[in-house]
Amino acid sequence: MSRQIFAYIEHNDGAVEDSAFELIKVAEQMDPQAQVTALLFGSGQELEDACQHAASIYPQVWKVDKQEHSYPNAELIRPQLVNLLPADAVVLAPFDTFGMDLTPGLAIKLDSAHVSDIVGLDGVDGDTLKAVRQEYGGQVHTHVHCDLSGGAVLSVRGGVFPASEGGQEGQVADKTSDAGEVQAGRRFLEVREAEVGEVDITKEDILVSIGRGIEEEDNIEIAQELAEAMGGVVSCSRPVVDAKWMEKSRQVGTSGMTVKPKIYLAMGISGSFQHMGGVKGNPFIVAVNKNASAPIFQVAHVGVVEDMLEFAPVLTEKIQEMK
Amino acid sequence: MNILVCVKRVPDPAENEIEISSDGSDIEREDLVYSVNEWDNYAVEEAIQIREQHGGSVTVVSVGEEESEEVLRREMAMGADQGILVSDDAFEGSDGRGIATILKAVAESGDYDLILTGAQSDEGAAQIGGMLAAMLDQPYASLVNEIQVQGGTKLQVGREIEGGNQEVSEIELPCVLSIQSGINEPRYVGIRGIRKVSGVEIPEKEASDLGLSEDQVGQKAARVKRVDYFHPEMGEGAEILEGSTEEVAEKLVELLKSKGGMK
Repeated sequence: MSRQIFAYIEHNDGAVEDSAFELIKVAEQMDPQAQVTALLFGSGQELEDACQHAASIYPQVWKVDKQEHSYPNAELIRPQLVNLLPADAVVLAPFDTFGMDLTPGLAIKLDSAHVSDIVGLDGVDGDTLKAVRQEYGGQVHTHVHCDLSGGAVLSVRGGVFPASEGGQEGQVADKTSDAGEVQAGRRFLEVREAEVGEVDITKEDILVSIGRGIEEEDNIEIAQELAEAMGGVVSCSRPVVDAKWMEKSRQVGTSGMTVKPKIYLAMGISGSFQHMGGVKGNPFIVAVNKNASAPIFQVAHVGVVEDMLEFAPVLTEKIQEMK
Repeated sequence: MNILVCVKRVPDPAENEIEISSDGSDIEREDLVYSVNEWDNYAVEEAIQIREQHGGSVTVVSVGEEESEEVLRREMAMGADQGILVSDDAFEGSDGRGIATILKAVAESGDYDLILTGAQSDEGAAQIGGMLAAMLDQPYASLVNEIQVQGGTKLQVGREIEGGNQEVSEIELPCVLSIQSGINEPRYVGIRGIRKVSGVEIPEKEASDLGLSEDQVGQKAARVKRVDYFHPEMGEGAEILEGSTEEVAEKLVELLKSKGGMK
């Protein structure tokens, strides 16, 4: 296969993100002989440092150095990628908040196929890429066939592919002039940092975390009583914050807080990858969920298949008795 | 401001355990409870709030089976001014590009200043809004969790990014935004509201009404095809505690004690 594979590399403070180490492994699974090119947009010394870092992973690195890229704006980067890339390129990118901004439109502009949130690969057969995705919040997996003949833009879930150990001595090429001058209808203003709440769940050892299974705001008390009995605090997943029942600062997940407790008791939480992405430090995970096919049971150490609203009060009582 | 909101009828995540049919070709749809995709419902609420403050209209469109009319009617009960149902056997098997192509045709058949989609739906691909924007050559922002209208030519939008942070940008109209859940508190829709719109006619459009041909949409045009559904061979997964609720709770307390889960 002579198809050219490119990897869009996110970087911060002069170092590439973890996804850079994983995307090259994805490319190698597609084609072990691939000469994969890393694509970096940024500006100045920070970009230069990130490119050197990328060159320790990738044989070739293309950089686009412009002041306007000091904060990545997908609306500016997308048309420049279209200027740079061959039409039948395979482009890999992380499936994160930047990737979601960039890749669907990039596939349209390159007139390429688009597959997002890839969690596995079953190889390439001629022009057909065989990929694995998930649907329904991870409750089911799907095999997906993607036609690579006209190029493809593929976004990849973080943390599911192995990480490269590096050891490359890649060449950095400056592609700034080839990227061209473009205008965008969206202008970056600022990043507002998340507010810190009264309780800092990132520093707690014991978390009783609640999800959709809590059903009503008044039921939060049940979780609070349990957390109190255990000597921990209550955290939650996205639906609880969406419903405005708890503060954003209590939300565990990639779009919330990253926690590293010793005990994580997930009550009525399905366990989407976005949620589990916020649970670090290898805690002892207990899942209580009435849905036996909830993905949380794949990552938990111990599971209880029951309605959390019925189980939590019994557990609280037992803790008080047996403590 | 005239706003078009794209909505999808999906199995309700709060009500369903998704199971796979015996041959893996589909999920078991028999007993599924359907509703409007959660993210889309936030998008409709946002559109209604913008209209309430700045005037204009809210149109909801759904591409799908005839039953999608239910969700259009629900969103009209919420306050959307009109609905458009786009339904045709020729759309069967469309990939994301195919769906975006259909929505592009709908967008161009009206005069919209702003198009909203949900950030994602049941398939979790998070791609339709971005594709549609690119096809229409309009600016795009995904995962929007705040919108402020600034005059008639631009918006200030917040995007939800990693770590609970918010990225704030200015975006020119017309544009396409994908809406993140939690942006607002969608209003309650009661039986009375549904009844009120039960007689309103919802126009239905087919491929030919939108000038779409077979090589643009459906299975034939799709470059990405779902082959089957499956459950992967997993590791051991969780050790499931068995017994009565009391017994299970007791076992769990012992385990938690041994792991330091009590203070």
